[in-house]
Amino acid sequence: MAEYKINVNGKEKSLKADPDTPLLWVLRDKLDLPGTKYGCGIAQCGACTVLLDGKAVRSCSLPISILKEQKITTIEGLSEDLTHPLQEAWREFDVPQCGYCQAGQIMSAAALLKENKSPSEEQIDNHMQGNICRCGTYLRIKKAIQSASKKL
Amino acid sequence: MTLENNTNKSRRKFLKVSSAAGGGMLIGFNWMGCQSEAKETVVKEVMKAIPKVWSEFDAFIKIGETGLVTIMSQNPEIGQNIKTSMPMIVAEELDVAWKDVVVEQAPLNEEWYPRQVAGGSQSIRSTWETLRKAGATAKQLLMETAAEKWEADLADCTVSEGIISHKDGRKISYGEVASDASKRETPDPKTIKLKDPKDFKIIGKSQKNVDMEGILSGKPLFGIDFKREGMLIATALRPTAFGQVLESFDDSEARKVSGVVDVIKFGDKIAVLAEDTWAAMKGKKALTAKWKQDKKAEDSAFHTKTLLEHLDKKSKEPRRVDGDVDKAFANADKVIEKIYEAPFLPHNCMEPMNFFAHVTDEKVEMIGPIQTPAWTESRIAELLKRDKEDITIEMTRMGGGFGRRLYGDFALEAAEISSISKKPIKMIFSREDDMLAGTYRPASAYKFKVGIKDNKITAYHLTEACFNGEMFGTMPNNFPCGAIENYRVDCHKLESNISTGAWRAPYANFLAYAEQAFLDELAGILDQDAVQFRLDLFEKAKANPVGEEHNYEIDKFVAVINLAAEKAGWNKGNKNLGFSAYYSHNTYVAEVAEVEMQDDRPVVKKITCAVDCGIVVNPVGAMNQIEGGIIDGIGHALYGDFSFTEGQAQSSNFNQYRLIRMSEAPEVEVHFIESHNDPTGLGEPTLPPVGGAVANAINAISGKRLYRQPFVKYFKELG
Ligand code: FES
Ligand code: FES
Repeated sequence: MAEYKINVNGKEKSLKADPDTPLLWVLRDKLDLPGTKYGCGIAQCGACTVLLDGKAVRSCSLPISILKEQKITTIEGLSEDLTHPLQEAWREFDVPQCGYCQAGQIMSAAALLKENKSPSEEQIDNHMQGNICRCGTYLRIKKAIQSASKKL
Repeated sequence: MTLENNTNKSRRKFLKVSSAAGGGMLIGFNWMGCQSEAKETVVKEVMKAIPKVWSEFDAFIKIGETGLVTIMSQNPEIGQNIKTSMPMIVAEELDVAWKDVVVEQAPLNEEWYPRQVAGGSQSIRSTWETLRKAGATAKQLLMETAAEKWEADLADCTVSEGIISHKDGRKISYGEVASDASKRETPDPKTIKLKDPKDFKIIGKSQKNVDMEGILSGKPLFGIDFKREGMLIATALRPTAFGQVLESFDDSEARKVSGVVDVIKFGDKIAVLAEDTWAAMKGKKALTAKWKQDKKAEDSAFHTKTLLEHLDKKSKEPRRVDGDVDKAFANADKVIEKIYEAPFLPHNCMEPMNFFAHVTDEKVEMIGPIQTPAWTESRIAELLKRDKEDITIEMTRMGGGFGRRLYGDFALEAAEISSISKKPIKMIFSREDDMLAGTYRPASAYKFKVGIKDNKITAYHLTEACFNGEMFGTMPNNFPCGAIENYRVDCHKLESNISTGAWRAPYANFLAYAEQAFLDELAGILDQDAVQFRLDLFEKAKANPVGEEHNYEIDKFVAVINLAAEKAGWNKGNKNLGFSAYYSHNTYVAEVAEVEMQDDRPVVKKITCAVDCGIVVNPVGAMNQIEGGIIDGIGHALYGDFSFTEGQAQSSNFNQYRLIRMSEAPEVEVHFIESHNDPTGLGEPTLPPVGGAVANAINAISGKRLYRQPFVKYFKELG
């Protein structure tokens, strides 16, 4: 076990973990932030997506030891009061079915909109390609992203 | 907070369960919300103040003195959105404003709730009456109380949105009379009046998912999110192939992994208990075990061969016989035979299997995602040799079900591990465990044999070969039975040691494909339009029904077919369309697929869908189910590829198993048949027909018939 300091949702967090512990399990087990989900553990489903300095990363495949000063944002820290345009749009289109993949979908979409305020349909498809939804909510996810992008 | 209990029902079990949930109730949130870092409870703006006293009316309704209403949602929530739609039905008859309602997940309580199961698209259909009566009964009690208080005639009182009004202008709110009302004698059920559907105010209006805020803020809603002070995480090493037993194992390396607390053997499996998930996963990887192949190590070639060799045989007891198919074949001008094959499929719920268990001498506490809490409780009682009274089961929100969570194997494992270790544990499957130790959709094959004389179908013989099961219920009486003089259905239930079970729309998920692809091909052979061909058969079944019964209502079936055809512009000259229609889970669905070929690969552009599911309780949720069923169905028809070698599944994660992605999801246009009939269900019925619609469209543009799923295997040939 080693000591780590990471910046999550704007707060400094100190914790002890084995160096190979993926950020996903640090968030879920050590920091009590269960919003980030486990789906595959090998960067293939997107359920564990968080922002690392604004970019979407798969936290299941990111060992704690390689993190430095980067700012990590999870679904819990996306907005103070659930008013991020994507959260508003998710509500508007009643996107979730089971809801399990949705935090990852939202975080991926947040990274996209950070980098490109008005993505084309193709750009959305490409960016969201790594996020699986077994329930099949893709059409609503896309509509919600398009709607949020118009409000930016 | 206090809870007034004035009902004469036994509350012993209920209270016991409630306290297991950490005590008290969290308004607007699943009880687990209290454990997340973000402790603030997000309360809907419009919500009434949180009451000090709750008056309980029945198993479904509690009303506070402020007028806030709690409605219990009795069934497991797997994403079918019944946690929103079932309470809507109660609220409708109770006559309260939906904004004044909070929803709470009920624990398992067989005395209180009917059929606490998520399966067969039956949640709404099977509880519709009960939920309406629960709401209407409480409303009656509230009104009687107001009338008595006013010394008025009940007939002079009316209710709207939780306010009772007398015709002379006096008004009183539910909150003010709730306490007295809940103490009244329950009225004779026969005197309870239900609303006329045309007066519905909540039902039929789109209401948002009640767990929306929790999902958007990352609250711990799911089983995998559950935490309890002192709890350990358990992972399990299971046989690497079906048919194996454990010979020996070595846990010395596993025990060295930091965070690993214990390693225990249970049955032919080995559990690693650790302080956190990563340590439990690492500990499991460090285990070594020797397995012995005790039963046949099956592979896919064996499965295919076994299925196909049964298709030419008749079963001892056919499932349906009208006339004599053999005689008709002998007299036919032409006999056509087609065979359709489907592989085993894993469920791949996005949330892998998991369960919390705490087994002590006093009690067995189970918390987690389960579609069949009552059955699971019985099995745990049997496994641990405990009294059912000692066991409590709470259902969390589930990251998908699709049939996998009907089988409580994972809950039983958790109970066993906790029982042996005497610790509170949460057992977690990795994705690999989830895909390798599944309860798969069984591989199956269908043969259709049809006799044609004078360009008319005279005989129709369907033979099913399937592992560990056969089509159930009234499926042998599916369309087109009733329309064909000589008709026969044979089923062969074959043995496999691979564990199998229900998978979203069991049997129908592939039988519908085979049947709809075959009917399309048959229409082509007879040189008839695919839609008109079906309509003519219905016409025959109506004018001159063959046999005892068929399981569909002709007018409803014809109505969805006509609606989908009209809306999709069938017959308008678009050559890229494919048609399919299927009745399952009490719901009628017709779908038209529009497909294009791009670089030798079919791209599904659009699905036009017509649905008759009776009254649509929550349109926005209903549409979500329909879109989801269609997209999921297309994904598995195109890509669902799964095989076994030496008893072992050959795909263990999403790098080896392809699920449909956003760019592959077509536009979906939905049309409901307007109806005042009681609602049916929507979690499954739109999935079965879609594979057929897509395959038929692929044939329309490429002239190529597809007989096996997944279609991806044909992609090169389609070019
Ligand atoms: S859990 Fe990280 S991508 Fe699937
Ligand atoms: S909403 Fe269930 S997996 Fe996406």
